[in-house]
Amino acid sequence: MRAVHYLNQFFAGLGGEEAAETPPTRLEGPVGPGRGLAAELRGIEIVATLACGDDYFGEHEEDALARLIELLEAERPGLLIAGPAFGSGRYGFACARFSRTASDRLGIPALAAMHEENPGVGSAEGTLLVPTAVNVAGMREALPRMARLAEALVSGRELGPPDQEGYLPRGFRRNRMAEKSGAERAVDLLLDKIAGETRTEVAGGFDRVPPPAAVPDLSRALLALVTEAGCVPQGNPDRLPTIRAQGWLRYELGGVQTLASGEYESVHGGFDVTLANEDPNRLVPLDTVTALAADGRIGRVHDVFYTTTGNGTPVASATRFGREIAAELRDAGVEAVLLSGT
Amino acid sequence: MLAKEIERAGVPTVFVTSLPTIATMVGANRIVRGPAITHPFGLGEADRRRIVDRALEMLETDVEPTTVWEVDPA
Repeated sequence: MRAVHYLNQFFAGLGGEEAAETPPTRLEGPVGPGRGLAAELRGIEIVATLACGDDYFGEHEEDALARLIELLEAERPGLLIAGPAFGSGRYGFACARFSRTASDRLGIPALAAMHEENPGVGSAEGTLLVPTAVNVAGMREALPRMARLAEALVSGRELGPPDQEGYLPRGFRRNRMAEKSGAERAVDLLLDKIAGETRTEVAGGFDRVPPPAAVPDLSRALLALVTEAGCVPQGNPDRLPTIRAQGWLRYELGGVQTLASGEYESVHGGFDVTLANEDPNRLVPLDTVTALAADGRIGRVHDVFYTTTGNGTPVASATRFGREIAAELRDAGVEAVLLSGT
Repeated sequence: MLAKEIERAGVPTVFVTSLPTIATMVGANRIVRGPAITHPFGLGEADRRRIVDRALEMLETDVEPTTVWEVDPA
């Protein structure tokens, strides 16, 4: 199996901060930490090292990624390994973005390594990340862990949970059969906690957003309707999935005052849609808000509604949908949103 | 997640859901508890009006993070 290794200018031996503007460069075979990594890898050969200055990457992200992808593709690798970046934010960001982009654009399996609080973790978007120490003192532990996960990743078997395989939780949940009931596991967790070890089965890590200030004058505000209840025009013309949606849809309302049965329906696969399809306003209350707008309680109702299926959606996907919809709403001058979920 | 990201962009957003615990866990700030998964805005027009009124009131209110409001029964 051919692999490519990504390093920043420092670890590639090109120089320190003075070389941080170095554009993407190809080096033959493993370099620097790549040599130690190569010694750990079984059945995987590092055929080339790609390096880029941290500042160059941060300041010219699109150009840097385009060139790195070009260089990567030329190697016809089966795997990309990036870092370890430890606690270095710019380096970690480059590792995460390059890994993510290699998977997205070329379909190449990729992993990166960095400290769990490296800002790159936030831009990994589901990329496999091996946790490391905060600085280079952790190199010796990091390399074997990266090698084991690399081997697992290209083995073709399904990866186990993060704590078994040695990667950072990505916010995905998978169902599995447990040997003990929930009650027994809860008691075990409690006893462990009393003994001094606190564990959880619930993935954490959701950030918090401070609530924006109240709408100053709703009677002048533009209000938009958004739903994750899978509400679409009858017949689902754009084939919104019933589960694990990959995106969201926007529909012009064309001035209609209500979501009439027979003209709109829900395709959400996570609940019984019978009651919703009898009257889709039960999911997206267009009839009520248009009446309130006519009464002057609301300024105007946005003539576009946004919809997706919030069912089995990974956190990273839902976050992306939210950001994309938010950008459109903001551009349209929307000042208030009524969002419905099931 | 949608509510949180839209609020991150600065647009006040009320999330009407019958599962406020999950909404709270992921970090939605303005949450109104709807009556059921299958019909978060109720079944009849009167119910819907009360739930929408409550949601609008919440949009007009400065709230603490992850605030959940109930709708008074009819």
